[in-house]
Amino acid sequence: MTATQTATGAASTADGVAGSVQDGPEDRLRRFAAIWSRAIYPATATSMTAKEFEEHLGGLGRKLRDALLARPFDPSPALGVGAGLVQAHCTDAHTLPRTLGVIDAYLLLYCSPGKVLPADEGRARCARLQHSLAAGYAQALRERTLCEQEAISRAALRAQAEAEKALHDSEARFRAMFRDAAVGIGIADIEGNILDVNDALSRMFGGWDHQLRSRKVTDFWHPEDTPGVWKVHDELLRGERDHYQVEKPYYRKDATVLWTNLTVSLLRDTEGEPRYTLAVLEDITERRLLNDRLRHQATHDALTGLPNRPQFFERLEAALAPRHGEARFGLCYLDLDGFKAVNDSLGHAVGDQLLVAVADRLHACATSADQLMARIGGDEFVALIENPASHEDVVALADRILDALSTPVRIEGRDLTVRGSIGIVDGTAGELSAAAVLRSADITMYRAKAAGGNRYALSDPEADIRAISRHSLTNSLPTALERGEFFIEYQPLVRLSDGSVHGAEALVRWCHPLRGVLGPDQFIPLAENTGLIVPLGRWVLEQAVRQARTWQLEQRDARPVLINVNLSPAQLHHPGLVTDTLQVLREAELEPTALCLEVTESALIGAEEDLLRPLRQLADLGVAIALDDFGTGYSNLANLRRMPLSTLKLDRSFTRGMQHTPADPVDIKIVEGIVSLAHTLDLDVTVEGVETGMQAEHLRVLGCDTAQGWYYARPGPPEQLHSLSLADAT
Amino acid sequence: MERPSWAPQGIDLSVPSVSRVYDYYLGGSHNFEVDREAARKAMQIMPGLPKIMQANRAFMRRAVRHAVEQGVTQFLDIGSGIPTFGNVHEVARAACPEARVVYVDHDPVAVAHSRAVLEGVDHAAISAADLREPEKILAGPEVNRLLDLDRPVALLLVAVLHFIVDEENPREAVAALRDALAPGSLLVLTHASTEGGPHSPEQRGGVEQLYDNMGSPLRMRSRAEVERFFDGFELAEPGVVPMPDWRPDAPTNEEDPSVFIGFAGVGHKP
Repeated sequence: MTATQTATGAASTADGVAGSVQDGPEDRLRRFAAIWSRAIYPATATSMTAKEFEEHLGGLGRKLRDALLARPFDPSPALGVGAGLVQAHCTDAHTLPRTLGVIDAYLLLYCSPGKVLPADEGRARCARLQHSLAAGYAQALRERTLCEQEAISRAALRAQAEAEKALHDSEARFRAMFRDAAVGIGIADIEGNILDVNDALSRMFGGWDHQLRSRKVTDFWHPEDTPGVWKVHDELLRGERDHYQVEKPYYRKDATVLWTNLTVSLLRDTEGEPRYTLAVLEDITERRLLNDRLRHQATHDALTGLPNRPQFFERLEAALAPRHGEARFGLCYLDLDGFKAVNDSLGHAVGDQLLVAVADRLHACATSADQLMARIGGDEFVALIENPASHEDVVALADRILDALSTPVRIEGRDLTVRGSIGIVDGTAGELSAAAVLRSADITMYRAKAAGGNRYALSDPEADIRAISRHSLTNSLPTALERGEFFIEYQPLVRLSDGSVHGAEALVRWCHPLRGVLGPDQFIPLAENTGLIVPLGRWVLEQAVRQARTWQLEQRDARPVLINVNLSPAQLHHPGLVTDTLQVLREAELEPTALCLEVTESALIGAEEDLLRPLRQLADLGVAIALDDFGTGYSNLANLRRMPLSTLKLDRSFTRGMQHTPADPVDIKIVEGIVSLAHTLDLDVTVEGVETGMQAEHLRVLGCDTAQGWYYARPGPPEQLHSLSLADAT
Repeated sequence: MERPSWAPQGIDLSVPSVSRVYDYYLGGSHNFEVDREAARKAMQIMPGLPKIMQANRAFMRRAVRHAVEQGVTQFLDIGSGIPTFGNVHEVARAACPEARVVYVDHDPVAVAHSRAVLEGVDHAAISAADLREPEKILAGPEVNRLLDLDRPVALLLVAVLHFIVDEENPREAVAALRDALAPGSLLVLTHASTEGGPHSPEQRGGVEQLYDNMGSPLRMRSRAEVERFFDGFELAEPGVVPMPDWRPDAPTNEEDPSVFIGFAGVGHKP
């Protein structure tokens, strides 16, 4: 649509109106404005309604009309009309030609009534008004455009300045945060060049400011770095991760170690490409040292400084863990010989000094890092060798240890001799548990000790099994007594002169719930070690004495039967021996002369008078004392005189040669000599282990008084003796 | 590293700004070539855009007058853009010289310009805030200084809600503002839509795409969707209608057909 067409269309409407309503100058002006408004309203951006806009144009039209008719003619007011259009937001360029078209076609028509102006003059004036309006419009539009451009530019600049100030403030805050932070902060570029560090970081490193800045991140490698941490750092640099956190050590300026909790973050640019790394470091050196100290305390023995039992077990378990390829281990278990005596006689302070000295020497025996010396108990030490080349290496270490201990330790001006027993276990990792290895070493060490100490022993699975079974029996002994698992068998003692029953030896048996009946040799030594022998011995004495009394009552007319009860070394040392024995006899109403206590020869070897006194007291009261197993303990024959004995029990080894004919003449000579000696000392002789009639006959001829053995009867229930004596009596 | 929320955004004059493009549609020169370029492209797709913006302004004028007639003389104009002519405070003052107006925009350039325009103008101020964060608008110093929230306020959301996509919760934002206003307050709202006008789905898609490219995604919504923004308000007659049809001053049969796109409405908080 062109301006002219619009103007023409509008004019026809205006003409129609013109004829029917008032036709004064104001009405004509209003109609002119209406035509004008319809021509340009669609092209304006005004928010005025069409009516408001038309009124606005009415004002402008009045200016045009007045200028058109003014004398003298002056077109300049049309400049203001052009500006008025711009003011009414007729900024669209189409408004100008449409306006000019409306003026061209209708201004004279509506505003020059009655041919006030000559036609030529009117046309010329109209043209000049159009020129001025166009100039005014252009100038106003230009002004307005420039003004708005300036305003928006100014606003943009101001907004930018505000944003920059805010950015600057924000940066200042960041800078203050960086500068004053308590944590260390450092920034490096992606090549690892350190760009900036804050004061806290410099302080952590011991005042190392410019040196820090000139270094590269990779210069801070430390031998104790967490394995793999540099790989993780590379991943960060490649942008594969955005941060990582690790505990990392550094060297301070003074070469001491600085431990930090390090967090490294990747800073990317707006395109997401890695640009910088940001490191935040927290000084955890103190905490770390405390941890180390606590860890050391937890894993080391406070007295000697050697690794302790938990630490040793940790290493042992590691050494024993199954792995690819064969790995061996070796263990030396050392227990000092006679350490208790040192402690008891010289005091704990000296004992502790001795342990420290031993620890120092052991420590010196370890020749490489795969050898660990630990203290795992009072005077118990272990040396662990991880993956020794050979069995010989383990033995060599045991030798070194014994050798190291061979020089006396000088403490408080006294030379103390240190000896130790070592149990050696070695083998292939993955086969035994740590506990099993240690138990085997312990058992083996005891074998070395039992063999006299100051030596090592090599582990032996069979010996281990024996020891373990002994161990389990020892553990079940106390409950066995409570549960009544013990019982007594009696083996008759027969008078050789007439074959009559002289008495019986009470022999204790253990009816073990799993192992069946066990003989005294299988558990008496264990009871001896644990001290259970005292209550067990008393129980045996009670039972035997009561049984003897029963027999007495059963066969009133017969000769009283003697009851032999074994007395173990521990019982011998027990202070209540005499009183206990008398009380048992009293309760059973058995006279002391019916009781014979058998004491082994070895228990009395080198016995002091103190030890003999209770026996003497008992003997004085009429209790017979027999020396058991005579001939096995290298007795000092001269001692026999001062002992309160009534009987010698000859060990079966002397009489074995007489079981068959012809009898061993040497045995005969020896027995003959012993019998003669015994009888000289007014002692009876009893022979054990008689198995044949031939033997019995020889012994009778040799003058032995009594005998016991399978030839007469095996140990059995009390009724067996009863029937024997009955048989004997008939 | 993520920028902390208190660190400022920079100003990038190389991307078009919605408010400067709007100014260009209205024949203003408060814009840069990048804005004009974007506007020209949009007008190629939808030539009626300048008329639509004019219709928006015209509706706003009528609605402000309506508010003053209802006795509401406090105005909160969110998304005010670049003040050119016929601004809320001018229209309101013409009807009621004591009217108070707070403009809100999140475009820093628009804010700076508004500040310059409003310099020395009493009882009118610009607040830099975002419709997506209504609580910040309500807590702004300008709102606190100029508006008494215990008395009715006319909340103007003229040609702004279509710049908030659904994921940014425009309904919650409107509801938050509604809840903060006293009974008797008004919601004055226009919203772009392809419903009602002579525009095709292709045109709608083209314009949406264009604004997406500008970084200011535009979502046209249906009449029903627009009506839902008035939840909690009672719609004043004639309800949600094409802009020229809302209480026109004169017969609308001479209006450009393109301006019947989009909807306008005024709600009254009971």
